This record gives sequence, structure tokens and C-alpha cells, in this order.
Amino acid sequence: MSAFGDRDLVRLIGGVAALLVVATLVGAVLRRRAGSPAARDTVENLNARIRAWWIMVAVFTAAIWTGVWGATLLFALMSFLALREFVTLAPTRREDHRTLFWSFFLITPLQYGLIAARWYGLFAIMIPVYAFVFVAVSNVLSGRTERFLERTATIHWGLMVCVYCVSYAPALLLLEIRGYGKSNTKLLIFLVLVVELSDVLQYIFGKLFGRRPIAPAVSPNKTWEGFAGGILSATAVGTGLWWATPFSPGQAAGMSLAITLAGFAGGLILSAIKRDRGVKDYGTLLPGHGGMLDRIDSLCFAAPIFFHLTRFFFG
Amino acid sequence: MIAELIAGLARFVAGASVFWVDHPPDERQRVYFANHTSHLDFVVLWSALPPAVRRWTRPVAARDYWERGAVRRFLAKSVFRAVLVDRLNAPGASVSADAERVAAARRTIEILVSEMGDRHSLIVFPEGTRGTGEEVGPFKSGLYHLCRARRDLEAMPVYLDNMNRILPKGESLPVPMLSRVLFGRPLRILEAESKEQFLQRARAAVCELGGSEDRKVPGPDSP
Repeated sequence: MSAFGDRDLVRLIGGVAALLVVATLVGAVLRRRAGSPAARDTVENLNARIRAWWIMVAVFTAAIWTGVWGATLLFALMSFLALREFVTLAPTRREDHRTLFWSFFLITPLQYGLIAARWYGLFAIMIPVYAFVFVAVSNVLSGRTERFLERTATIHWGLMVCVYCVSYAPALLLLEIRGYGKSNTKLLIFLVLVVELSDVLQYIFGKLFGRRPIAPAVSPNKTWEGFAGGILSATAVGTGLWWATPFSPGQAAGMSLAITLAGFAGGLILSAIKRDRGVKDYGTLLPGHGGMLDRIDSLCFAAPIFFHLTRFFFG
Repeated sequence: MIAELIAGLARFVAGASVFWVDHPPDERQRVYFANHTSHLDFVVLWSALPPAVRRWTRPVAARDYWERGAVRRFLAKSVFRAVLVDRLNAPGASVSADAERVAAARRTIEILVSEMGDRHSLIVFPEGTRGTGEEVGPFKSGLYHLCRARRDLEAMPVYLDNMNRILPKGESLPVPMLSRVLFGRPLRILEAESKEQFLQRARAAVCELGGSEDRKVPGPDSP
């Protein structure tokens, strides 16, 4: 059941590919112009990011090509990688070992299995209700009470952020939206595109005009100029993509604004955890970007909010 | 084939990034020695080596563990081509008197040297047993005697980071966190260096890798 007979979908993917071609060309020009070693480093990092984007877009396109199964599998893998980065960094202890094992090999596959089985009712509560209780019980059965609350809350957070929140992205494919037929793949692309574009545009506006940091202690690279420029321009692009969504232009603008603001918050929150643990990146999986969690930090918080706004107003 | 599969699986489970701190990997015959906290240690270290080096690198492992059960025996013999040695403190070991212990230790070193030949490298864990990961335990003297028997070879310190959280002592199921494998600067026994001095220096080299911030030379397998 390929969704690629849909012309709007081809247009979306084509647009992204065109954007990457432009970015690659700009990167090549900047490389020639870069003079100082510092500028060369920045441009090298930029080009590494662009190369990684090509691969990410190719993998994403191939996955959604196959429909719900492909998308579910891709996001399941992303959750797995993000969770491993999260618990590597988090101060988990020896006593948490079995709870962590079940988080990776039972709870994560189960959450995505519920999407593949199209069981929304259980999907929405499995982690907040059942995994919540399970993790606490499993930890208490370890028989150790040192830092019990901290240990348990850390694993709760890992599962919520890396698994539950991320799984809302492929769950968009389950939504039944009035008058939108079976075009939900475009809704998933809309979310991912606006979130990631907002990240990229905030980075670009920040590099070009950034002066006043928003929260210097949390993330020195996030500035008011980058925030305003990125959020507004990404919202504008999202508005311009209204034809691919069930929204009117005005509604698409509102949704885009919600997505980008939630994404910004996500980036800031996951940065705070990194700063507290004294590292710059969660991992080294994606050259130029850092780890999986560095790339999808904004998606973690945007996906569930976008899902529920869409479900509430259009479902 | 099976070896490649196991190496790939080990790299995936342990999410290992590999760093060659001193110089890039080469096929020279040497002794790799590392800290020991997990049953995964040897496989992860071994899988971190480039395939061409891995082919000529054999672990030194405890006979009582690796000869138990058909699967382990097969893995030790046919896949890893482990050099199996008797542990002096193994369950059921009969050696007790000091003179006997010395003789048994000497035999072990002779076996290692002859199994190395002039081509094979060895992987050893000089702590002798798995620790909790909080600190590297004292080194047993086998590493010194091996290096003295083969003064022509260098010994390369390796630090395995986070393995104790992935598969700690007493657990049989791994939690797939990320780990790091750091290969350090090789060392040899110096003129007039005592056994204790050398073992201390070797242990310090491993510890220093663990605390080292110098991770600038990514190996061919790091992402």
C-alpha cells in the first residue's frame, strides 16, 4: 500500500530534496570562502550536518514508503537509540539493571507494537499507567532504597521522553480525520518537516544575527534572535504547506506555531539535562548533529502536542 | 562468518565507540591488556579491533568457564580461538602449596608464549577477575611474566568504559547502553624495573585512559 501515488506527497518530498540540494551548494560555496580556522570549523560542521540530513531524509522517505509498518519500525529504532543515550547519561544504578532491561526489550517494542496493531486506546495509556506502575514495582523489588525516588523517576522520564513522546509521531498515521481520507503520511511529514526546519532555521538565524542568549546557563547557542527568526520563518513555511494538511492556512499557522514552540521547549529541556551531566552531546551517532536524542529533542515534545491538538480539533 | 556476526552483535549491544589514543591500529603482534568488569569485555574489545587485526588476536580465558557447555566450548575453540588456561583459584583447583603454584604459573606462561608463536596477539585481563567498575583492581603478576618472556613485544593498555553497567557481574541479560573502548600508548618493561613497578605502571596506564579526556583519534569503527 504505497502512499506515493499521492501527488502532494511527492511534492513534499521533492521540496525537501530541492532544499537539500540548495543547502549542499551553499555549503560548498561557504567552504571556499571560509578564511579563519574558526570559520572553517563552523562550515565543516555545517557540511557534516547537511550530509547527515541527506541520509536521514533518505531513510525517512524509504520508511514511510512502506506505510504504517515502516514508519513504526523507524521510530521504534529511533526510540531505542534515544533511550540508550538517555540511560547512558542518566545516573542509573546497579539495582536498576533489570528494570532497564525490561524498558528496552519489553516496554519499547510493546508501545510500537500497539501502533502497528492500531490499538489507540491502549497505546495512549500503556506507558503513563502500566509502565509507570511496572517501573516502580520492579525497582522496589530490587530491595534497595537508596535514591529510590531519583532512580525510579529517571527511568520514568527516559520512557516518557524517548519512547512515549516519540511514538506519537508514527501514531499520527492512526488518526481518523474528517475529510482527509487516508493521507496521514503527509501529516507525519508536516510535523517532522516543521519541527526540524524550525531547528535548522533557529540555528541559521542564531549564527547570523544571534546576540542575546535566552538561557545562557542552559544553552549558550540559543538566542532571542535565533528563536524569533526560526520560529517565525518555520511557522511561515508550515503555513505555506497548508495544502498538504487537513488545515486551512490560518489553522496551519496555529499548528506550526504550537509545533515550533513545543520543539523549542524540548530542545531547551534536554539541553538542561546534558548541562547537568556535564556533556555537550548525547552521542556521536549522527556526524555534526551529535546523538539521536540531540536530533529529535524538539520532536519529542512537539509530537504528542501536535497529535492531541489535531485529534481534538479535527478528529 | 560467525565471528563477524558475533562481532557485529557485540558492537550493537555495547554501542561501542572506539578510540586509538596514541596511534592508529596496526597488525603488529602485541599483548592487549584491559580492565575487567563484565563478561562482555573480551568480545567487545575483540570486536573493536579492525577485522585484519582481530583475525590474529586471541583472548586468554579461564578453562573452567569456557569448557562448560557445548556452546561455550565451540565459541572458545572455533570462533575466538581462545587460549584456555587453568585458574589457580578456580573452583575445584587442587593446587595449594606455594611451590606448586609457582610451577603452575610458569607452565601457564609457557603455554601463552607457545600459543602466541610469532604472529598471534593476546588479550589479557590482568585483574584476574571482574570488578564492580568503581575502580581498577590490582594487577596479577602474569602480565609481567608474559612481557618478560616476550621482551620484544609491546603491551597496549585498553580501557573499557561502561561495560559494568551494560552487563554487570551477577546479571545474565544486557542493558544496551553506550560504551567506549580506548586503546592507549603501548609500554614495555624498562631496564631495572621491578615486577611491582611494572605492574603499577601498567595499571596506571589503564586508569589514566579511563580518566583521559583525549579522545581525538577516532578508530575506523567509531561512527
